[in-house]
Amino acid sequence: MKQHGHDPPDSRFRRQAAVEATAREWAHIVARGSFGQMSVHDLEGRLSELTTILVESLLSEPFVSRPARDVGASLVAAHFTGSETLSRTIELFDDRLLQALHADTAKYRGRLARMNGALAAGFADALRERALTEHEAILRAALRAREDAEQAMRASQARFRAVFRGGATAIAIGDVNGHILDVNPALIDMLGYSASELRGQRVTDFIHPDDTGDMREIVASLIHGDREHVRMEKRFIRRDGGVVWGRIALSLVRDDEGTPSYLVAMGEDITERHHLQTSLQRQALHDSLTKLPNRAQLMGRIADALDADVGDDRVALCLIDLDGCKTVNDTLGRDVGDRLLVAVADRLSRCVSGSDQMLARMGGDEFGLVVSPSGGGTQVIEIAEHMLAALDTPFSLDRHHLSVSASVGMTERPVRETSASDLLTTAGVALEWAKAAGRGRWRMFDPHRASGQPSRFALSSTLSTAMLYDEFFIVYQPVVNLTDGAVIGAEALVRWHHPQFGVLRPGRFIAVADETGLIVPLGRWVLEHACRQAARWGAGSARPPMVCVNVTLRQCHERNFVREVARVLNVSGLPADRLQLEITESAAMTAASEALDVLRRLRQLGVRIALDDFGTGHSNIAYLRGLPLTGIKIAGAFVEGLRFGADPVGEQMVEGVVSLAHTLGLTVTAEGVETERQARVLRELGCDWAQGHLLSRPGSADRLQNLAVSPERWLPGDVG
Amino acid sequence: MIVVLFEDGGRRVPGGTTMERPAWAPNDIDLDRPSAARVYDYYLGGSHNFAADRAMADKAMQILPELPAIMRANRAFLGRAVRYLAAAGITQFIDLGSGIPTVGNVHEVARELEAGARVVYVDNDPIAVVHARSLLASDPLATVIEADLREPGKVLGHPQLQRLINLDQPVGVLMVAVLHFVGDEDRPSDIIARYRAAMAPGSHLVVSHGTAANRQEQGARMEALYARSPTPLTPRSAEEVATLLSGFEIIDPGVVYLPLWRPGERTTDGTPAAGYATYAAVAHL
Repeated sequence: MKQHGHDPPDSRFRRQAAVEATAREWAHIVARGSFGQMSVHDLEGRLSELTTILVESLLSEPFVSRPARDVGASLVAAHFTGSETLSRTIELFDDRLLQALHADTAKYRGRLARMNGALAAGFADALRERALTEHEAILRAALRAREDAEQAMRASQARFRAVFRGGATAIAIGDVNGHILDVNPALIDMLGYSASELRGQRVTDFIHPDDTGDMREIVASLIHGDREHVRMEKRFIRRDGGVVWGRIALSLVRDDEGTPSYLVAMGEDITERHHLQTSLQRQALHDSLTKLPNRAQLMGRIADALDADVGDDRVALCLIDLDGCKTVNDTLGRDVGDRLLVAVADRLSRCVSGSDQMLARMGGDEFGLVVSPSGGGTQVIEIAEHMLAALDTPFSLDRHHLSVSASVGMTERPVRETSASDLLTTAGVALEWAKAAGRGRWRMFDPHRASGQPSRFALSSTLSTAMLYDEFFIVYQPVVNLTDGAVIGAEALVRWHHPQFGVLRPGRFIAVADETGLIVPLGRWVLEHACRQAARWGAGSARPPMVCVNVTLRQCHERNFVREVARVLNVSGLPADRLQLEITESAAMTAASEALDVLRRLRQLGVRIALDDFGTGHSNIAYLRGLPLTGIKIAGAFVEGLRFGADPVGEQMVEGVVSLAHTLGLTVTAEGVETERQARVLRELGCDWAQGHLLSRPGSADRLQNLAVSPERWLPGDVG
Repeated sequence: MIVVLFEDGGRRVPGGTTMERPAWAPNDIDLDRPSAARVYDYYLGGSHNFAADRAMADKAMQILPELPAIMRANRAFLGRAVRYLAAAGITQFIDLGSGIPTVGNVHEVARELEAGARVVYVDNDPIAVVHARSLLASDPLATVIEADLREPGKVLGHPQLQRLINLDQPVGVLMVAVLHFVGDEDRPSDIIARYRAAMAPGSHLVVSHGTAANRQEQGARMEALYARSPTPLTPRSAEEVATLLSGFEIIDPGVVYLPLWRPGERTTDGTPAAGYATYAAVAHL
């Protein structure tokens, strides 16, 4: 290229140095307005390329401004678009470029001005182009977004219309004062008014007067913004006067500024559900036969009474148990029995008044009355007497005149000192006292009396845990051979060491155990322990004593009873002929064939079987013959007659029994021998064995072991 | 009105909370109200904005003239953080509150290091979303979804997100210049905790957050200005920002002013660090 001018910038080296110095300065300017996404090195490199283009265009012949224009555009493309980037770039070139190139002449100053102009124009055009592009893009996006939104809005409105017109949900739109603006067909159906009849009315006009109470506060809380919506159940009055239950959600609609503009109520008719619920609730808390509250409701009432913070309040519970209802059911049928219960409930209800008293049917033929707060024992006793008197008059049902009596047990306690279970227990104990005292009585629970005398009620509630706590033990009453006074065995008698009532005899709890079914595990326990202990008796003796264990009919009915006995014998090592199972006469007489079979199989094991309490039942002699027995035990009642004076009839009866038994090959044992006379007479009458206080009181297993090996003999002094 | 008929219409009421809006109820499109995304674009010198946005931005710049510089620094921090995550092996990113796509987008930066990086952009501004969608239309590994980051369930359960992001693998979650639009009443800690619960071990969280520390007076004026916008501002202190990241381990240099976060050799102007009024932090699980 031909050089011009007086000081031509002909040195490539100088030109390169000028480019680099300028680019470095330029980088500082550009960096200020950049996003920092390029490193300083990269930035300088990029700008030095642009500077080279500018310098070459500045020095080329002829001068063209196009490259400078392109460089301006490149700056924009590279996002070097800080607000001061362009002006400071032009200043930089004005101030430094020509000196650096040693070309500060009028000619180049003119060129530089044109170059800067082209650079600025290129930058501005590109920036304008970019702004337009961007603006167009964002505008297009806005239009598209709005279109999308409008389409969504139209779809939303269509959905809303579908819900509003065709849905099952009743909808009312009202102004903030509750005046109805629009309603949908579901609401029209629900209330029975036409749309025009509803418009302009207040929503509350259709709410049942009893249910409008809190509406004002509800709306106020919505308007105040405390809540966004409120759900509630209200009754509405239909046009035809009918009542419908509505489950309503009420919401407040605000405009964009947050000003309340509409009230919207949406709801459904829940009348049927409500009725069902009410009736279920009623059923859950009422006795379906007498319509009285049931046990659950009475317990609820007691719980309420106990929960309330009541200072010195008292609460009373009466349990009213009818006597004789079972007989009515059995003889006249369940239907009459039910009607009798309804009639009784009716009479009892008349004795009850005031909100402090609630009569309930507890179940079966038992009623309960809770008095809360209680006005004291006297008040409760008055009610009880009133109720007993109310039952005095016989009931006329169809052609039947039925007499019913009842027993009433009561308890009356300070609320602070009692609990629901305490009330039930103590009233139950008092009820037993009342029953024990005879029909038509009431008894008030008295803690002093209760502590001395365990009730069946108290026993049955503790019986189940007694096994667990090992509260049972066995004593043995020796059985003595009346001929030689030798101890030939012992009857195992179970005792219950009750933590509260002390040592209890079986007469106190066997019946309870039988009722509750606990007799089975208890019986099994007695059998096993008695056998284990008896197995140790009389080791080395020629005739080790046997052990007599009582068995109830229920045990005989247990599956596997025979196998259980065999197992116990096997485990304990007691020979079968040293175990005598004793079954009561009445049990044996009523025994079904399966039970008989059980007895036969027990007999086959070699176990002795004795009929207990012989003479108390109505023994059929022929039947007795068919039983697989080894012996009988004469009931204490017969023996008692022989205590002191002469009793020829009694003696003859015993003689007859002994003779009969011996004919059948059975041994005869006399129980309850207390006097020497009894012992003597029994021996004379041929009785084989005897047991009773005269001979020995019941004692421990160890004591019996001593007796078994002792040469001591139990014979009445005047015998021998 | 229709929106509200369905109870939880997504409308904020005094004393109430923001309910999740049913998917079929449309957002408002109102070009007369400023949008945070478009205002941000204007600070960066972009033209993806309307008069209302520019008016808002101009008022803000009267209060804090450094705003464009701050926004550029924020953008630069985003770039540095994404490069850091990509170098740490993160190949999938969720950018919450992504705004209008502009120079240095997450997927562009990430792909400098990892060509297959997948990115899901999330914004609640329908216009920004539509625009981003058109830009990303031909990119199978990047997408944008319209959702509010305050609804983590909706964001994380979005089918588009689930298509691109495998939450059993480490993920980079970005909340850049967006948490100061989440008020305390929205419980930002709980929101972040819900994202954290969904993030696999090795995941990272990138946060930048406006602050009024050292600039109480300007902060208060800025808050007052934004309070009238659809996106009120809640500046927070460094301690508050660190608290938001509980459960994560904050990497060095901790919660610092934007330009101080691993500056490297990137270019900056000479503004003092505190002048940036924005904290930056990166944390990991």
